[in-house]
Amino acid sequence: MSSLYDTLGGAAAIEQAVDIFYRKMLTDPRVADYFESVDMDRQRGKQKAFLTMVLGGPNQYTGKDMRTAHAHLVKRGLNDDHVDIVIGHLGSTLRELGANDEQIAAVAALANSVRDDVLGR
Amino acid sequence: MPRLLCDGRSLELASDQSVLDALSGAGFEVSSSCRVGACQSCLVQAIGGAPPARAQVGVKDSLRAQGFFLACQATLTEDLEISLAGASALEVPASIAGVNLLAPDVLRVVLETREAFAYRAGQFVTLLREDGLARAYSLASLPSEKHLELHVRVLPRGAMSNWLAGPAAIGSQVRLRGPAGDCCYVPGDSQQPLVLAGVGTGLAPLWGVLRDALAAQHQGRIELWHGARTPEGLYLTHELQALAATHRNFSYHPCALEPGQATSDVRLGNLDQLLLAAVPAFAEHRVYLCGDAGLVQSLKRRVFLAGASLQRIHADAFVGSH
Repeated sequence: MSSLYDTLGGAAAIEQAVDIFYRKMLTDPRVADYFESVDMDRQRGKQKAFLTMVLGGPNQYTGKDMRTAHAHLVKRGLNDDHVDIVIGHLGSTLRELGANDEQIAAVAALANSVRDDVLGR
Repeated sequence: MPRLLCDGRSLELASDQSVLDALSGAGFEVSSSCRVGACQSCLVQAIGGAPPARAQVGVKDSLRAQGFFLACQATLTEDLEISLAGASALEVPASIAGVNLLAPDVLRVVLETREAFAYRAGQFVTLLREDGLARAYSLASLPSEKHLELHVRVLPRGAMSNWLAGPAAIGSQVRLRGPAGDCCYVPGDSQQPLVLAGVGTGLAPLWGVLRDALAAQHQGRIELWHGARTPEGLYLTHELQALAATHRNFSYHPCALEPGQATSDVRLGNLDQLLLAAVPAFAEHRVYLCGDAGLVQSLKRRVFLAGASLQRIHADAFVGSH
């Protein structure tokens, strides 16, 4: 069975997805502060790794990475509501790229599987 | 505590101490300038152990493979052995062949190297004075030209810029390290519209990128936006107007924050607002942003939100030295 990563078009689709996804974060006042970063390219690299992982592409992301990467945000108040919002934006990004409800639900489930790591629980 | 081995000495580093701070603290002479990982003046070479990945961001692949990293960005979790001689071996001798004023506070510095110096238009170099004082400057010249050209803003307390502006600099021997940076024209996609925007001496790399794109016969529209505080701070205006007159696809947009003496067609206002008002959507564009770090970062964000892919934004934020 091919992954959504392949179905959507592999690495090239991820490049497009990460631009759309990152733009949604920066323009949503509920989460924008957490995505502020002096180095946008570095931030984009992290989002690309995340998207590749949840779409089932080749990745080296681990739960430990998610935990370490978000620890400073948890200190600033990152909680379940923010994770829900991010998963929502992830879904609408994939919809724009042509994914169907079933595929989006599968990705959301994968994203949810790292929720506790992201929130340091 | 992790240890740093350097020239037969062993230094212990606190967890938040950079390799650069440890070396300076121990009396080693290491060139440095911006201290935030941008200028690459503090490049050193690891000869035992792996340098932290974070300290190799932006370092050229070939140098990264040889263990070169930015001392200001490196904190250690394990022992590392370095060599200071490695970076000196990368330096090329040059002499200052000429200095003249482009604007009241901008110098054109012309450098001559004995051997050919390979670079791409829009990259930057580290200029090292004989005593080790180092500053990074963008190249305004083209590789096909005989001399290297830098644009240097003279700052009130700028150690390098005031030396360059003074009588002692002409004819002096200096060293160059680099080039680095990827604020360059990439051949291909020749129909793509290009937007080049910069303030102050941010024009230097843009001047190189622009002429490189025109030489490569880029077909898409090319807009160059240059901003300064007053119209008097704008420079190369005649050259840019001449290029606009001879290339149908190129337009030049000078901007200033305040009106000056000269009545001209300079637009008044913030460069970012003027640019975004004139170009509402960037989805098709390749964008080059150079100059003051605050402006470049704000423009990068705004241009990205206006539809440009981050992969097609080449930004070179100039960071002052400390």
